Amino acid sequence: MSEGIGAPVKRKEDKRFITGAGRYTDDIRLENQAYAAFVRSPHAHARVTGIDKSAAEGMDGVLAVLDGKQLTGDGVGNIICGWAITSKDGSPMNMGAWSALATDTVRYVGDAVVAVVAETAAQAREAAEAVEVSYQELPVAAHIDAAVADGAPQIHDNAPGNVIYDWEIGEKDPTDAALANAAHVTEMDITNNRLSPNAMEPRSAVTKYDAAEDHYTLYTTSQNPHVARLVLSAFYAVAPEHKLRVIAPDVGGGFGSKIYIYPEEIVCLWAAMKTKRSIKWTADRTEAFLTDAHGRDHVTNAKMGFDADGNIVGFKVSTKANFGAYMSLFSSAVPTYLYATLLSGTYNIPNIYCEVLALYTNTVPIDAYRGAGRPEASYVVERMMETAAREMGKDPAELRRQNFIREFPHQTPVIMNYDSGDFEGNLNQAMEAADWSGFEARKAESAARGKLRGIGMSCYIEACGIAPSAAVGSLGAGVGLWESAEVRVNPVGTIEILTGSHSHGQGHETTFAQVVADRFGVPLDSVQIVHGDTDKVQFGMGTYGSRSGPVGMSAIVKALDKVEAKVKKIGAHLLEVTEADITIEDGQVKAQGTNKALGWHEVGLAAYTAHNLPPDMEPGLKEGAFYDPLNFTFPMGCFICEVEVDPDTGKTEILKFVASDDFGVIINPMIVEGQVHGGIAQGVGQALLEEVVYDDSGQQLSASYMDYTMPRADDVPNYDVLHHNTKCTTNPLGIKGCGEAGAIGSPPAVINAITHAISNNDLSMPATPSKVWALMNAAKIAAE
Amino acid sequence: MHNTTYHKASSAADAASLLSGAEDGALLAGGQTLIPTMKQRLATPSDLVDISGVSEMKGITVSGSTVTIGSMTTHAEVASSSELRAVCPSLADLAGHIGDPAVRHRGTLGGSVANNDPAADYPAAMMALNATIKTDKREIAADDFFEGMFTTALDEGEMIVSVSFDAPSKGAYAKFPNPASRYAMCGVYVAQGSGGVRVAVTGAGEDGVFRASDMEAALDSNFSGDALESVSVSADGMLSDIHGDAVYRANLVKVMAKRAVSAAT
Amino acid sequence: MTTVSMTVNGKSVTAEVEDRTLLVDYIREHLRLTGTHVGCDTSQCGACVVHVDGKAIKACTMLAASASGAAVTTIEGIANGELHPMQKAFNDNHGLQCGFCTPGMIMSGIDMVNRYKAEGKTLDEGTIRAELEGNICRCTGYHNIVKSISQAAGEM
Repeated sequence: MSEGIGAPVKRKEDKRFITGAGRYTDDIRLENQAYAAFVRSPHAHARVTGIDKSAAEGMDGVLAVLDGKQLTGDGVGNIICGWAITSKDGSPMNMGAWSALATDTVRYVGDAVVAVVAETAAQAREAAEAVEVSYQELPVAAHIDAAVADGAPQIHDNAPGNVIYDWEIGEKDPTDAALANAAHVTEMDITNNRLSPNAMEPRSAVTKYDAAEDHYTLYTTSQNPHVARLVLSAFYAVAPEHKLRVIAPDVGGGFGSKIYIYPEEIVCLWAAMKTKRSIKWTADRTEAFLTDAHGRDHVTNAKMGFDADGNIVGFKVSTKANFGAYMSLFSSAVPTYLYATLLSGTYNIPNIYCEVLALYTNTVPIDAYRGAGRPEASYVVERMMETAAREMGKDPAELRRQNFIREFPHQTPVIMNYDSGDFEGNLNQAMEAADWSGFEARKAESAARGKLRGIGMSCYIEACGIAPSAAVGSLGAGVGLWESAEVRVNPVGTIEILTGSHSHGQGHETTFAQVVADRFGVPLDSVQIVHGDTDKVQFGMGTYGSRSGPVGMSAIVKALDKVEAKVKKIGAHLLEVTEADITIEDGQVKAQGTNKALGWHEVGLAAYTAHNLPPDMEPGLKEGAFYDPLNFTFPMGCFICEVEVDPDTGKTEILKFVASDDFGVIINPMIVEGQVHGGIAQGVGQALLEEVVYDDSGQQLSASYMDYTMPRADDVPNYDVLHHNTKCTTNPLGIKGCGEAGAIGSPPAVINAITHAISNNDLSMPATPSKVWALMNAAKIAAE
Repeated sequence: MHNTTYHKASSAADAASLLSGAEDGALLAGGQTLIPTMKQRLATPSDLVDISGVSEMKGITVSGSTVTIGSMTTHAEVASSSELRAVCPSLADLAGHIGDPAVRHRGTLGGSVANNDPAADYPAAMMALNATIKTDKREIAADDFFEGMFTTALDEGEMIVSVSFDAPSKGAYAKFPNPASRYAMCGVYVAQGSGGVRVAVTGAGEDGVFRASDMEAALDSNFSGDALESVSVSADGMLSDIHGDAVYRANLVKVMAKRAVSAAT
Repeated sequence: MTTVSMTVNGKSVTAEVEDRTLLVDYIREHLRLTGTHVGCDTSQCGACVVHVDGKAIKACTMLAASASGAAVTTIEGIANGELHPMQKAFNDNHGLQCGFCTPGMIMSGIDMVNRYKAEGKTLDEGTIRAELEGNICRCTGYHNIVKSISQAAGEM
């Protein structure tokens, strides 16, 4: 079987995971290792009026009890957001100060105040309990409506009214005019529920300080170790960049939550220097709920106008986005350039206007979570399309079909320029697989059993492969979003690929190797992927936004191009033909039209012995490349969900879920399908099960698996995953990316199916049994 | 978890003596509730007396229609007992749906009954089956045993040794699990025995498990789901939380009761 | 402190541990068998599942002292020269992504198949899903985990 592009090769990395030999951060134990525990605020908003460490300092095994004043006194800087957004009026965003250990004010339950370092984890935790922090409680704004209310508590002094920014995109007046002249306007208030990412591996950090070398090491659960090193050195000044090694070993899932640099990593690095001890901190699940960046939490009003024929004429969206208590690393980009730029969906919409009010609340910071902005956009667009079709008495599939974009490239009114796609092809494929036309018969069969059946769809589009550096720079990004690769062909012909991408479940050790095997015809086993260690790998930007395929692999391709060019030169020289006559296939360097050939390893050896190289050629066979994408990529697809609702309990069962995606060129279909499965489960989780709930005092009521409903095996169906692909035109492999599509496209499909079943559009996520039942019985309950 | 001193009891008497010698001791059965509670530091016993291995407190005996189950019998053992299933399949089914398979391998009937979690399954079974809770000191009728959320008639240091009951002629337990915890958001056990029909509800009431006397009366005269149609369930006294309010739980009580009646075997 | 003695993956081990030591901490920190993971603190995620006397249990919800005298098998102990059919099935069916929940899934999967075979019952898809109630995966959406267990059930 082929091991190249398109082959469903079994994963190379599996062996260590299925035998228990994976090496995650918490599995690491360094010499002389101590443990850290954090004292966290029990209040959502309070002044810290005193810290009494004396009892803790006297306890067995305690090495240090450290507070925010010591941290800032040592010059450790505040945590920052790296993407500047400008408000409508031209003013910059209002970023409040966030110290890794609070100095004077705590702003959410879980805000770290003191760090305790002790010989054992239990000693650290017990000493943390013995630290006495005095608080003066302040009024709390735990939700968006409380943050914007008259007289709302002021969470950061430099953010009046708790507003971080008031941003807009698109053309307001033409959109208003289009809506005013529309034959039909659909208006909805839409909430996107707050989620906790819940990678199964809790966050962890193991730090080491080498006094003799003045050198720091951080092992951590990161999706982007180089970005972590850059931020830790350039902004937080914990350690200089050339004196800091960041290693992200096996990482147990990320979903965005492990992009950011959190207080605990900063404090553990600094504390290692303070105590001259290696230090480990590992979150428990409760700590994860209290401190890992949450996702979503938008409240939106949307109006979509149609002409008499059902063509969309205008779309106006007003969104309030909760940011939590502080601005996390990428937070500002999520409800702006990753959200509003996707509001054209898969449709021709001549006029779009969106405004976004970004708000502080006394809750955990919110940042990118699988999909990041694009699930929120797709949820708004696809619920609007479904509801509009119902209101206008049109078939929801036909309304979509009528409004699809059909010519590419297509410039939307909100920045994005779609390069490719065949949206109707995906719609048709999904409808056929879902037996759309047979629905009425199935509905009757359900009705006979006393159940309500519904079918719903979503035709999502999203933007991956983030992103052209100059473009994002002009939009406020503080970094470039290229990727790097280095290809090392060893003297024996084996190949190491050093990539700035990071694998935490995506299977890069297999798929990246497949690209190399495909290119040179070398065995997959001869290719090793090296990633996740700043001492081994050149600077890279990491893995998020489904960028490892379109951006990370493109960098590898560029480096392979350079290797190929040099190999051809060496081959031509040794075989005494011209470069144009050299081909590389099946692991051989061949002279076309002759029977002359060299083994791949022979060329490698020749490059390193350098006994007989072309004149002026440097020895060695190692090439690097940086790839800066030309455009975002635009995966899209049609998802169809069929559900049955039990009217007695309000419980929804998903009977069928069909996904037809356009991911461009696929390297390994088995892995791509796995990504879609996982994404859909997270989307189904958002639609049916998951929600972070805060009470008005800012306490999280859902901070464990006793109350936060994680999707389990019996909550989700088997998925029918299909592809109808068109090649991406803007990167060398034609890849669009697949990591987030499932989570982006599925929530509206599920909700559209339930609202169809219960004939009520007024449903919000998560569609829990009690919520669905209450909606169905609203009139009866009101009468009682 | 705070530190504690662990003791492994060899017999019920040994357990009683170890417990009485402890400053603030607790019995450790399967530990499926106590250990998580200790990890959260919500329980900090000075001593743990492990009774999970006490053989005289394990096992299921069926004599005629009388069933006796040792308190340290695990949920998995109750679920897979063919002897029990022959006379009281509803209880075996209930046990087979407590927690998950790994929890069922450790969790015990006695531990669950003694804890009286308002969302646990066994208390409903004990009430509906009119079971007798046998301790190392006395016998207590289930109706008198469960005194409200996490509260029982057990005295300090008193230990459940076994439970016994007469197998009903018909019975079933219908549970609507909490979506997150999978504990009962409402569980209704219906049993038709020589003394009439008993209906016990767990998961829904603010004071823990309770008997639905209106339903019992209705079912006494007509053991069918239709008989419950006219019984109204008040939301007063029902639990409200982020998973469902009192009105919803009141609805579930009726729905689950009807399902239990129609499933009763 | 208390002395615990048990057989872990066929080897006898004895150690002095604090009485409060959880079995999972004994396995990870004392024996340094780090394939058994901790993913939650409420006994729900199943990343810590091991076998004690042949039965799947949550090692985060059992004291090491309670396991004294028992035979414990962890993910490191199931391959006997070659991969266990359950391990192979997870690789064959792409039943894992980040790998963190995988040891618990495999240990639960083996236990499930053993129990159903012992009782002569078949493991269909719905049953496998129900039996996985105590194991949470965030990556795979369970589709391929169910396929993996189903394949292994046919081979074990």
